[in-house]
Amino acid sequence: MLRFVLRRLIQMVGVVLVLSVLVFVWLRSLPGGPVSALLGERGTPERRAALEKALGLDQPLPVQYLRYMERAVQGDFGVSTKVLPGEDALDIFFARLPATIELSFFALVIAIALGIPLGYLAARRKGTPLDTTTVIFSLVGVAVPVFFTGFLLKYFFAVEWNLLPVSGRQSTGLDATRVTGLFVLDGILTREWDAAWDALKHLVLPAVALATIPFAVIFRITRASVLDVLDEDYVRTAEAKGLTAQVIRGRHVLRNAILPVVTTVGLQVGALLSGAVLTETVFSIRGIGDALATAFRDKDYPVLQVLIIAAAAIYVLVNLLVDIAYAVIDPRIRTR
Amino acid sequence: MTPTPELPPERTTYAERRSQRIDALASASAAEEGGVSLIKSAWRRLRRNPVFLVGLAITVAFIALALVAPWLAPWDPAARPLLDDVRPQSNPVPGPEAGHPLGADDKGRDLLSRLLVGSQQTLLVGVLATFFGLLGGLVLGTLAGAVGGWIDSLVMRIVDVMLSIPSLLLAFTLAALATRPSQWTLIIAIATVQVPIFARLLRGSMLAQRASDHVLAARSLGVKQRAIVFRHMLPNALGPVIVQATLVLAVAIIDAAALSFLGLGNPDDRRPEWGQMLGKAQPFLGEAPHLAFYPAACIIVVALGFTLMGESLREALDPKTRR
Repeated sequence: MLRFVLRRLIQMVGVVLVLSVLVFVWLRSLPGGPVSALLGERGTPERRAALEKALGLDQPLPVQYLRYMERAVQGDFGVSTKVLPGEDALDIFFARLPATIELSFFALVIAIALGIPLGYLAARRKGTPLDTTTVIFSLVGVAVPVFFTGFLLKYFFAVEWNLLPVSGRQSTGLDATRVTGLFVLDGILTREWDAAWDALKHLVLPAVALATIPFAVIFRITRASVLDVLDEDYVRTAEAKGLTAQVIRGRHVLRNAILPVVTTVGLQVGALLSGAVLTETVFSIRGIGDALATAFRDKDYPVLQVLIIAAAAIYVLVNLLVDIAYAVIDPRIRTR
Repeated sequence: MTPTPELPPERTTYAERRSQRIDALASASAAEEGGVSLIKSAWRRLRRNPVFLVGLAITVAFIALALVAPWLAPWDPAARPLLDDVRPQSNPVPGPEAGHPLGADDKGRDLLSRLLVGSQQTLLVGVLATFFGLLGGLVLGTLAGAVGGWIDSLVMRIVDVMLSIPSLLLAFTLAALATRPSQWTLIIAIATVQVPIFARLLRGSMLAQRASDHVLAARSLGVKQRAIVFRHMLPNALGPVIVQATLVLAVAIIDAAALSFLGLGNPDDRRPEWGQMLGKAQPFLGEAPHLAFYPAACIIVVALGFTLMGESLREALDPKTRR
């Protein structure tokens, strides 16, 4: 098990390294590049040359990359030009991380809590109206652009019916103590229940919007996987042995059907990261997604670089954890 | 008892498993059934599948609309007949009136005409993004699958790295790297993200073909390598790729909307595109939600059409569900 984890960690470092090279080369190959981004309209040839020298951009690309990596391992990824001008790019990442973790976590909880039971039920009652309705719902869920789902929810639940807050993470004027930066958890830890409740209310709409696609995917995989397992000989054998429906369900069907679902949940972290860019923009949540959206739009390359590499690292890391979970659930993998 | 060798995918990475899913789809094309060709038996079941028929109907209607839209549209989508009615403060988006059943957008352009003509650019973005993604995947996948050896390893390592970045995020990044965003940068960004998926799919298909009897027969008859690849392997390997292309069409149209929403799409809106219309309607959501709802509804219906068709095609071509 330890060797397995170690090997995967090394692979992960490899992927992130290759990625950093790619992002680096991409950014440097842009017409104009960072100098134009910094100088904007004021770029005379002399000023450009001076700045290029100051930034070390007159060096060959491999040298530039090594210098960048040398600073990067010391935690210096450069300074933001547009998102928060002058702020350290890595600091922005850490400042924004809790909001995105909180949002993604709730979205994933919603997707799993609805997707797996509904997928199971739909498979057990294949062909019934329940099955058809949920399948259609999941297909439509994938066809709706995520940010539009966000807008629909915001428009009806916040603007028209005034049930939930329109945007942000917390009501203005509410003075809450910060511990972790995860607002709901902070409220619970400090026993400021009103703050926790307020933060939770702010989370509902964006989390539901973000959950639509992971829900649809998890639902469909669960349904397909349960259908597969129900056809297996060992389920028929279990039935023939006279085992109770409860035992068959728990030990034979669910335990086997859950494996592909676990992998899928890991892959959904990708959808969550991409979706966070859109959802956080719609609901004005100051998270990584929102910072990415600004960095994309205003070409803040230092921030872009950090966030993209970090996002990929998170994605790869989560999937490593999923693979470990996979080994825990499936003893056949563990014993080999 | 000795452990069975073909037990689960042993200690595979998530990327490998994601790959295996693609490969499983790829090998589906290699399966043959006595007498009846795969396509024939698939078509026989598809004809009676309501899901497929609904998807097909939507798709055909969409393509037909895109072809005749310029003649259907009552106004030029770039003309601004209602410009005089636009009041930035009191009435930013003129409502319906005689001759303009859906009203106008924030620049006084007829909304119905823009929706109708918008189908053209939307179809174009979807088809071109899918086409370029397919083309890139075709070249890489054929190279890897037909040549094998170190080229195969190299191509597949690149593909794996690309698959390790969430795809929509990669599309955002690529589009953001363009200094002057346009319809083309958008199309290329979406297409690039699809390349590794198509490449892996095609490679798997080609490998299955390489091991098949008809290729062995061709080789023993002394047919040239190039003819084997292009005449015998490639045409037979395309089935799952076409299924994937149908699904990618839907994804491309939805992703185009997301890119436009982030301001990474085409800034020139004289030739309308639904995703762009939806993206540009955001500032007016409070006063004129219909400006966003109409293009969004169009996107949802069309994306659903392609998805329904793709999913039922996939099911029909999957040997496990064949009877």
